[in-house]
Amino acid sequence: MGTALVPLEYFAAHRKVWRRLVQTARLCCGVPDYDNYVRHLLEKHPEREIPDYATFFRQRQDARYGAGGFRCC
Amino acid sequence: MGTTAKKAGWTRLGWAALALLGAFCLGTLALRRGEQINALWIVAAAVSIYLVAYRYYSLFIAEKVLGLDPTRATPAVINDDGLDYVPTNKHVLFGHHFAAIAGAGPLVGPVLAAQMGYLPGTLWLIAGVVLAGAVQDFMVLVISSRRNGRSLGDLVREEMGPTPGTIALFGAFLIMIIILAVLAMIVVKALAGSPWGMFTVIATIPIAILMGVYMRYIRPGRIGEISVVGLALLLAAIWFGGQVAAHPTWGPAFTFTGTQITWMLIGYGFVAAVLPVWLLLAPRDYLSTFLKIGTIIALAIGIVIVMPELRMPALTQFADGTGPVWKGGMFPFLFITIACGAVSGFHALIASGTTPKLLPNERDARYIGYGGMLMESFVAIMAMVAASIIDPGIYFAMNSPAAIVGTDVNAVAQTVSSWGFVITPDLLTATAADIGETSILSRAGGAPTLAVGIAHILHNVLPGEDTMAFWYHFAILFEALFILTAVDAGTRAGRFMLQDLLGTFAPGLRRTESWTANLIATGGCVALWGYFLYQGVTDPLGGINMLWPLFGIANQMLAGIALMLCTVVLFKMKKDRYAWVSIVPTVWLLICTTSAGWIKIFASDPGVGFLAQANKYRAAIAAGELIAPSKDMGAMQQVMINNYINAGLTVLFLFVVLAVLVYAIKAIAKARATDARSDRETPYVALTPQQQAAQP
Repeated sequence: MGTALVPLEYFAAHRKVWRRLVQTARLCCGVPDYDNYVRHLLEKHPEREIPDYATFFRQRQDARYGAGGFRCC
Repeated sequence: MGTTAKKAGWTRLGWAALALLGAFCLGTLALRRGEQINALWIVAAAVSIYLVAYRYYSLFIAEKVLGLDPTRATPAVINDDGLDYVPTNKHVLFGHHFAAIAGAGPLVGPVLAAQMGYLPGTLWLIAGVVLAGAVQDFMVLVISSRRNGRSLGDLVREEMGPTPGTIALFGAFLIMIIILAVLAMIVVKALAGSPWGMFTVIATIPIAILMGVYMRYIRPGRIGEISVVGLALLLAAIWFGGQVAAHPTWGPAFTFTGTQITWMLIGYGFVAAVLPVWLLLAPRDYLSTFLKIGTIIALAIGIVIVMPELRMPALTQFADGTGPVWKGGMFPFLFITIACGAVSGFHALIASGTTPKLLPNERDARYIGYGGMLMESFVAIMAMVAASIIDPGIYFAMNSPAAIVGTDVNAVAQTVSSWGFVITPDLLTATAADIGETSILSRAGGAPTLAVGIAHILHNVLPGEDTMAFWYHFAILFEALFILTAVDAGTRAGRFMLQDLLGTFAPGLRRTESWTANLIATGGCVALWGYFLYQGVTDPLGGINMLWPLFGIANQMLAGIALMLCTVVLFKMKKDRYAWVSIVPTVWLLICTTSAGWIKIFASDPGVGFLAQANKYRAAIAAGELIAPSKDMGAMQQVMINNYINAGLTVLFLFVVLAVLVYAIKAIAKARATDARSDRETPYVALTPQQQAAQP
């Protein structure tokens, strides 16, 4: 305690919680994690073009309400 | 070794203490009569029983009944495409799943059930969720996850055959129509004669469009920042609504009758469902989702801080079925009235929708399926608390139809006081003034009552003088917002379902890009729910009495179908000795839905039975008598036809559930006759060591 420096992970934990919250809020709106999608494309489909976030967002928005997508009472 | 055993012993002792605490709180709730008791007793009873049930019962289901396997790859892992199938962090997925299942249902049902007192509803909420609702959500999630995340209709078709699959889908369509009508009616009841509420709800349309344009063109996809702006504008609109309502010209300009609002909603539903989604539906959906979660959290914190006393008795004299809000005895109607919160068939559609496609590991299905439903039940418990902390006299004045209690404060106060819930006309007028309305009488539907309860709690916690009216309209707006989103999204979903159904006869109608087909299907869907909405709004007994049981029967019937599917799958998996886990809730739901359906059709009391009501009006028409509040013979004729249609719809619901039951029994008999497993699980794929290490 006392004079010990605050460990770096202390800040990382805050960032991680914030990121999880943003992920949750976006997923509730039907928008999955963009970074994860980009990573997926880079790993599995390097030949495909990577859409920018705006395009990705529009596509997801149309897909969510496309063929139904009913929420609860 | 010794220390772990010791630790386990202490943990077990802790759980036993928690179970005792739950039992003690329930006992206190049940046994203390004649004195007011704190709402925290209900909250503590519910939470401790939920925790114990989660720790032991859901673990039993996970390990013994379903045999969850943490080494088995889920569809999210196998089909990972970064879009629809994504292994998602379990807490993130929990949030998503909860936001998808929580809606108006768990908020409204308990408020309506409070007419019997808070005890019966609370007991059913707790027992129902632990033994039925959470079991259904959990099992359907696992069954769908082991079948590549297929939908409920597909699952029924695959495990039970094509005919019950089609019947179940048809049932789901009917339920959606009824749900949309009931939800829309709640909005109409809350906004009729309320310029303040009407203004704020209309104001959400330009606010949503502004957000939509921003997210599409100005800073695409920035949901967070514009939602904060949207929320600020919304709060400003609520404040400004108060000024508008008080204005001599604008106040009356925003005052509409129930029938006028009905037509506006029908027109709105049609227009909104054909507009591009990014313009209105999506932004309002985001806003309502955030507002919903925020309000639920605020309410939970508020109840703990304020620690309100329950003013409603534990049991009222209306437990015998003569209540003014809705008619019918505790069995089966309490179990129909409280649907979502205890057990809701609609969750089976979510648990076999997006959630299984995002599940990172089978083991997490317990937390998300069972745990998510416990959370929803907790929301329902809070709604029960909110309805029970307001003066019972005000509760009954707000929820009883005019045909029973009268239309002016003096008559209403006299009638309600004669039931033993003493209330003065002055207090009714003062309460209306407090919440910024001209009248609180006969606002059945749950939303206004809940709003008064929420306003009671929030204005005690948050700073500011005379904020009761502000928080009342905040609560109304919060409910109206997500109900309108459901109406909009539901009409869209119904349009696709209808196009699919009609496409069987006229293939041209199936083309979703065709404007003609689009307009015909949307119009058809709006006309269907619009019809039931209109008959509910104009119903002499207040509408809720007529439509809410239909909704409850339909929703519980879908839960029955989902649980029958679970039972069939258990037998096919050769898990006969554990099948009681889904059989017990199935049998209970089938008993409740079929007897409620039977009573709604054939009861001789016109307040309960559809046919009796229709016959009463037929006889009156033949004799040339008018039954108040109908003003002419045409209106009487309409009421009669409505009741015949509702009776027919109930017959249809009974047919759907009994037909699926027959197919379920057949499938079980066939499964028992074979020695090997016969379920259609997708083959086991093991997680690679890297995948196991990389759990999100």
